[in-house]
Amino acid sequence: MTAIAMPAPDGSVIARRAEIVKALQAIVPGEGVIHDETEMRPYETDGLTAYRQLPLIVVLPETVDQVSRVLRYCHDNDVKVVPRGAGTSLSGGALPLADGVLLSMMKFNRVLDIDYPNRAVVVQPGVTNLGITRAVEHEGFYYAPDPSSQIACSIGGNIAENSGGVHCLKYGLTTNNVLGLEMVLITGEVIRLGGKHLDSEGYDLLGVMTGSEGLLGVVTEVTVRILQKPETARALLIGFPTSEDGGRCVADIIGAGIIPGGMEMMDKPAIHAAEDFVHAGYPRDVEALLIVELDGPEAEVDYLIGRVEAIAKDNKASHLRISESEEERMTFWAGRKAAFPAVGRISPDYLCMDGTIPRKELPTVLARMRELSDKHGLRVANVFHAGDGNLHPLILYDANKPGELDAAEAFGADILRLCVEVGGVLTGEHGVGIEKRDLMTDMFSEDDLKQQQRVKCAFDDKHLLNPGKVFPVLHRCAELGKMHVHKGQLPFPDIPRF
Amino acid sequence: MDATLKPRDTRETCEAVKWAAAEYTPLEIIGQGSKRALGRPVQAAHVLDLSDLNGVEVYEPAELVLTVKAGTPIKDVEALVAESGQELSFEPMDYGPLLGEAPGRGTVGGILAANLSGPRRIKAGAARDHILGMEAVSGRGEIFNSGGRVVKNVTGYDLPRALCSSWGTLAVATTVTLKVNPKPETSASFLLAGLSDEDAVKAMCAAMGSSAEVSAAAHLPAGIEGGESRTLLRLEGFATSVDYRFDTLKKLLAPFGSPERIANDASAATWARIRDVQPFAGGRTPVWRISVSPASGAQLVSQLRDKLDLEAFYDWSGGLIWLNCLDGEVHDVPIRAAVADCGGGHATLVRADAPVRASVPVFQPQPDALAALARRVKEQFDPHGILNPGRMASNV
Repeated sequence: MTAIAMPAPDGSVIARRAEIVKALQAIVPGEGVIHDETEMRPYETDGLTAYRQLPLIVVLPETVDQVSRVLRYCHDNDVKVVPRGAGTSLSGGALPLADGVLLSMMKFNRVLDIDYPNRAVVVQPGVTNLGITRAVEHEGFYYAPDPSSQIACSIGGNIAENSGGVHCLKYGLTTNNVLGLEMVLITGEVIRLGGKHLDSEGYDLLGVMTGSEGLLGVVTEVTVRILQKPETARALLIGFPTSEDGGRCVADIIGAGIIPGGMEMMDKPAIHAAEDFVHAGYPRDVEALLIVELDGPEAEVDYLIGRVEAIAKDNKASHLRISESEEERMTFWAGRKAAFPAVGRISPDYLCMDGTIPRKELPTVLARMRELSDKHGLRVANVFHAGDGNLHPLILYDANKPGELDAAEAFGADILRLCVEVGGVLTGEHGVGIEKRDLMTDMFSEDDLKQQQRVKCAFDDKHLLNPGKVFPVLHRCAELGKMHVHKGQLPFPDIPRF
Repeated sequence: MDATLKPRDTRETCEAVKWAAAEYTPLEIIGQGSKRALGRPVQAAHVLDLSDLNGVEVYEPAELVLTVKAGTPIKDVEALVAESGQELSFEPMDYGPLLGEAPGRGTVGGILAANLSGPRRIKAGAARDHILGMEAVSGRGEIFNSGGRVVKNVTGYDLPRALCSSWGTLAVATTVTLKVNPKPETSASFLLAGLSDEDAVKAMCAAMGSSAEVSAAAHLPAGIEGGESRTLLRLEGFATSVDYRFDTLKKLLAPFGSPERIANDASAATWARIRDVQPFAGGRTPVWRISVSPASGAQLVSQLRDKLDLEAFYDWSGGLIWLNCLDGEVHDVPIRAAVADCGGGHATLVRADAPVRASVPVFQPQPDALAALARRVKEQFDPHGILNPGRMASNV
């Protein structure tokens, strides 16, 4: 069995299942309410496939009014709700609850408004990330955040996870590219945040919603910023004899005032796995391989290629190629983009971790990770968004061997603790979900976590939306709201006063 | 007792807030007090002065990250990062000149509390896009940390972002971590003269939608700092690239006229004047800051010109309008009606006497459900309502 425990299901809710089905069918007619076990099976897990749980009921609403009424019903009747987009979460964010309704937003799949003068697109949350780019690319535009699951993942899920991607060093994360939202609270109230204008006054609840992992509200409409595609892009493929050399090269590129469109690093095990799989022409005799992509106007790209080439040589690059054609650039990327399936080829299973570290700590972290690999008796391969310090260690294991999943999870937890220890964070782009929930206390104090949960209370004081995710301990809102204050003398005689 | 409390560190800040919470005694939170003439006036018996929370904790240019105490003067921070060829790319604006105060004042905490961003907002993001982490004291008198010191971080709610533009009503920031960026090697402006507001907005939106990577786009109509209207597009980066993109724009915007090129220093001075609303400095008439979708900017101003005696200019490609009510009246009702009519947005009264700011909603009023949610958020951070009460609205 797996290690992460979900809250015990409420038997009294499960006992009311038939009644709940009936009530939901009155709101969402036709086939929008699924309660047959076989038909619910596809919803039992997301991208974190080690965890599975059949939901109580699946609901697929088609209108904002239906979403509002479903949520209001669940609120009034104390039924938990797990929102779900495309179900590609790597942290278990959409893992169902046995006593909870699974609310799938995938029927919200329309592009509502394309507004080129304002560089804004309004879509429903079930539209895929790539679907936005597809809708505007004939005019030369695109939507910048590009998580590797972009062909499948939904923009609503991107909001929930604040998704990143290879290009976010230069173009920002989801939070930097979203202009507005329409959302429904668990009470059924519909709220609009932002729009095609910038920087609404008032608390930045748009910023709070982005990355809130489905705990605060259900997104029903999204307005994003689109950008004109860069005129051109070229890449350098650079190999180094040590990861220290590679790390220094990355620091020197940034130090020279160059912000590449993408800057990715792989360690030796990842290089070999990728090369064996797609034959991208990666050198096998290097410890670190860096792909630096420069995009923008042609004159700028050509100039910066020369600058980066010089920096690479100064940092003892033992292998250096510069793409001379679009085809060659794609070949450089082919290995990196296939890194996950390539690792999947050499191991029956793997866990993909997602910590972020200060860039300068990379050599230390890689060395410590090798020690951890020996300690846990499992192999690890690393791909790294070098520009922003986001590390994706892939832990290789075999779920059929007793104890290996547990060992892999323990190894992963050690890696994330290491990330926090060197000044980094538990998750850069995959979210906390259930996967990193129990590690939150390694990064945050009790007061830190309580203040975050109080924000949850402002949105959902009954803890009905996606409970069991993100926070290791669920405190009741009444308890969180208590204030222990004692009147008396000024307790700070030493603070200067005037 | 009416006192100014001047804590020297986070612990003392926490003690002061704890005491105020126990006494149900409101505090006015200030850094250098440079924004007291902005927003609704606060009614508080005591002032919590954070100007002694001053100093850089960590600055790592190679990591593009800076951690400073919240009361650190913004000009010190800008000078420090400039030494390493870096800058705060959201281009924090300075309200001093507009509000009739000395320029160059204000702290990092104040800039963030008000989410003050300049012309580069449309390319580089707002102040709140540059905050990575924060240590703060809630109105409950509890110290909490959120965010981190790295750019890519989705661990927990993004509270640092929420605290930006909260005007000190949720928590007292004590330490903030910011993202810094390399300063562009060179900068130049593409100037078109004589365009109407409508054509200017069209030209700016076309430029923003091109691959020229325009980092600022403003339009000064005739009469604002000169007899002829001026439309300015800023290009920044490596010199070869700036030249190349200047030519790209020239071809793209040929139908709007032939441009003049303003070189580095003159360009920087012009953008600083636009950023700090210098065209309206020195007066006392009410000034509004209006944020709408860029393409609707000219339409909004034209609608209002028919009814009001005003002058206005545009930043953010037409999406940010600085509007000066020349007759001395506030005109909040017609202005907000026009904003709603032009697709929605926000109108903020940034210059007016204190009694006016106490009676007219300074910030855009929110729909009921959103206002109620914001109030619940406030209560969760500051249950006794002791932090800057009334700063944003009469009950927040």
